[in-house]
Parts: sequence; structure tokens; C-alpha cells
Amino acid sequence: MSAAIVEARGVHKHFGGLHVLKGVDLAVRERELVFVIGPSGSGKSTLLRCLNRLEEPSDGSITVDGIDMLDRRTDINKARQRIGMVFQSFNLYPHMTALGNVALALRRVQGLPRAEAEARARQALERVHLADRAGHYPGQLSGGQQQRVAIARAIALEPRVMLFDEPTSALDPELVGGVLQAMRELRESGMTMVVVSHEMGFARAAADRVVFMDGGRIVEEGPPEAIFGNPQQERTRAFIGQIERH
Amino acid sequence: MSFDEFLQAFFSLEILQQAWPILWAGLLNTLLLSVVVVPLGFLGGLILALLGTVHSRWVRWPLIAWVDLFRSLPPLVLLVFVYAGLPFAGLEVTALTAVAIGFFLNTGAYYGEILRAGIESVPRGQVEAARCTGLTAAQAMAHVVLPQAVRNVLPDLISNTLEVVKLTSIASVVALPELLFQARQAQSVTYNATPIMAAAVIYFILLWPVVRLLSRLENRQMAGRR
Ligand SMILES: Nc1ncnc2c1ncn2[C@@H]1O[C@H](COP(=O)(O)OP(=O)(O)OP(=O)(O)O)[C@@H](O)[C@H]1O
Ligand SMILES: [Mg+2]
Repeated sequence: MSAAIVEARGVHKHFGGLHVLKGVDLAVRERELVFVIGPSGSGKSTLLRCLNRLEEPSDGSITVDGIDMLDRRTDINKARQRIGMVFQSFNLYPHMTALGNVALALRRVQGLPRAEAEARARQALERVHLADRAGHYPGQLSGGQQQRVAIARAIALEPRVMLFDEPTSALDPELVGGVLQAMRELRESGMTMVVVSHEMGFARAAADRVVFMDGGRIVEEGPPEAIFGNPQQERTRAFIGQIERH
Repeated sequence: MSFDEFLQAFFSLEILQQAWPILWAGLLNTLLLSVVVVPLGFLGGLILALLGTVHSRWVRWPLIAWVDLFRSLPPLVLLVFVYAGLPFAGLEVTALTAVAIGFFLNTGAYYGEILRAGIESVPRGQVEAARCTGLTAAQAMAHVVLPQAVRNVLPDLISNTLEVVKLTSIASVVALPELLFQARQAQSVTYNATPIMAAAVIYFILLWPVVRLLSRLENRQMAGRR
């Protein structure tokens, strides 16, 4: 068993008086794909956002690739390059082309010269099969294409782990397949991934482990067959039953 | 008054010819003022808008007070105050410097509010996406937020710029001979309204293309929103 790339221990998060994460432990091994499911408001997004410190946890510890993410001395901007993140709403920069979106951090953060940054950006776009859309602006791309550009923007920095927060939830059904395909290929290339999603088919096919969250806690986790086929906890059963009726 | 007399009083070529050197000097000053005052005001606004993104009440409250103060003071009053007041503080200022300072304060407050609205119009996810890839807060502001912010409020920025250029005519109160001031000089010398009419036409020629541009931008934004 390989070492954990992501290790969160006893993570708590309060938003004012709201206690959203109540002591979450999550370890993700290298090359593992962990799927996080749970009802709305259970804290899935908050957990992901704590992992790269988009949200400041109130308590607990988080290490990613050996870096203590919560240590004040950690260069957070450097650490974040090892953690790619993909959002439900894509969040592409509308004033830049697909290529510009992918190249921005390569130039400004990694300091590559323009030509090299663009060459690397092009390679990343190729990996999501969008090299021919490099010159298009986000407004000229379909939702599925935009999300694949967002994936390219993240993987161009060669992260050690990728976080996906409901990457297909904002897409029309016919566009979901392309994004899942890109994620599947990423997984095959050996990327470590944490995915929050309702795509149960994808979870069954691709996940190593499914984590069920409710009320700010991890209620149950295990291989997809076990969680979907034979959940042990009442709350898990209720949730699985609910989504399978859809 | 016959039509000929009317023409003679308002549109006399002869008078125009006489007054032209005076008007020309005024036009140059108006252009100079605009070129100094618009970027300066914009810069002041940018500083205010950026300060507005700081989440500290030690910045927030002074900022609100500053903006409120300089938006409430009539620009003319502000200008006289700067020009006549600074010498009491031991600072002799030229008319141009006084105008520059006055506009930096007044116009800056307006540009600042426009840019602030622009910055606020950019969804939070944009900054988050940028920060996730390792950009610093300042880089995210410079490369991701500001370009979108400016684009979102471009009509307001241009519209404010039009106002600013027109407002440069108040420089005459500190004896800076801009276009309108010169036109009135010429009028009082020639006892004829032609120089004033000429100044109006010059302003129109100067600003009309910008007004057209503004209309087109506004129409495009309306269409974009549909
Ligand atoms: N910035 C914030 N300020 C205040 N409350 C927040 C903030 N972000 C999230 N919350 C609250 O924290 C709780 C957990 O939110 P979170 O987005 O993590 O849930 P989720 O499991 O991702 O839900 P969903 O499936 O709807 O995306 C919710 O009650 C939410 O309203
Ligand atoms: Mg969520």
C-alpha cells in the first residue's frame, strides 16, 4: 500500500455559528480515486476547499504531498500548484482564449517564457482533445468543452492530486460523457483524484473508494460495490435508495 | 434683428479669424488638462477601488469617508480650496498642479466607485480559480479580475471621462486659460458671440466620437444582456 498523498485529520470548519465539518479524517493514497457523495449541505465542497485551503479549516491538520497546508510558513501559492481543482461552474476566464486560460499560471506562477508556456498549454489541451479549440473564447465553447479546458488548466501545472467538485452537474446530459471520458483518461494516466459527484455510474466503474458524508462527518466508506450494494449505515442506505430512484 | 445681423453676431468668419489664435491656445490647454487629469483621476480611482477590496475596517472606514467627502464637495469649491488653501500650508502650487490635485481627489472618487462596482461584478469563482493555480491575490487581481471589471463598466468609465473633459472648463477659476476661458476673453474683446459658438463646436467635435462610441458600447451591452 503506497503512502497517502492527501491526509486530512480531524478537520473542523465553522462558518460563523454554523459547524459544517465536524472532525473529518480522509487519507488518499497515490493513484487512488476517491469518490465523495452525500446530501446537499453535508460539507462535501467545504471539505474539498479545505484541502487546498480555499477555506481555512477551524481545526485539524492537512498535508498534501508531504506539505503541511495549514502551516503559516508554507508557501501556499507554491503548494497549490500541486493540487488541481475543477469547479461545477468551470470558472474559466472569459476574457482569455482556451490557450490563454491554460497558459496563465504557467507564465505568471511558473515563470515560463510565453512560447514555452503556450507549448505546454497546447499539450494540456491535447490531453482533453481540445487542441483545435485553443483559440476559442469560453463563450464560444459548449459547457462540456469549457469544463475540459478547466481540466486542462489544472493538469498543465502537473499537480499531484486533482479535486473535482461536481464537475458535470452544470452540464446538459449529452455533454456529460465527454467530461467523464477526460476524467477516465486522467485516471488511467495515474492521477490521484478526489471527486465529489452524483455520477454513480462513473463511481461504480472508476472509483477505488466511496466516501459517504452526512452532517459534516464521514458516515461510511468502502469500495463502490460495498457502499452501493450493501451499505451498513441506515443514513447511507436512505441516501443510496434516494438517488437510485432518480 | 435681421438674419444677417444674427449671423454677424454668432457666426462671423471675420471674428473667428481674429479670435482663432486665442481659441487655439485655449484648445491646447484643454487638451493638456484632459491628458493630465483623466489618467490621474483614473489612477486615483484604481487606488481607491483596490483599497476597497481590503477587508479591514481600518481601511474601510477612512475610505468611505474619503469617497463621500470628495463626491460631496462641488469640484469648483474643491479647486478653489486647493489653489487658495495650499499656500497657507506652505505649498505654493501652480494653477495646473492645483487642477491636477483637485481632479485627482474629485474625479478619483468617481472613477473609484465605478471600478469598485466593476470589481464586485466579477464572480468570486474567478479569483478562486486563479488562486487554485497558484496565482497570488495581486496577480489574480491584475490578470483575472481587473480586465473583466474594466470591461464590465466600460460605458460608465467612458461616460465619466466625458464629464471630466467637460469639467476641465472650471480650470478657468484658477486663471488657467482653457478653451472656454479663452473663448470668453475673445468674446469680451470682440463684443461678439462667435468665439463662444466656436468653442461649442470644438467641444462637440472633440467629444462627439466618444459619445458615439459610448452609445455603441451601451447598445452592445444591452444586446448582450438579452
Ligand atoms: N462561505 C460560506 N459561508 C457560510 N456558510 C457556508 C459557506 N460555504 C458553505 N456554507 C454552508 O456550509 C454547509 C455545507 O456546505 P457545502 O457547500 O460544503 O455542502 P455540499 O455538501 O457541497 O452541498 P451541495 O451538494 O449542495 O454542493 C451548508 O450549510 C452551506 O450553506
Ligand atoms: Mg457542493
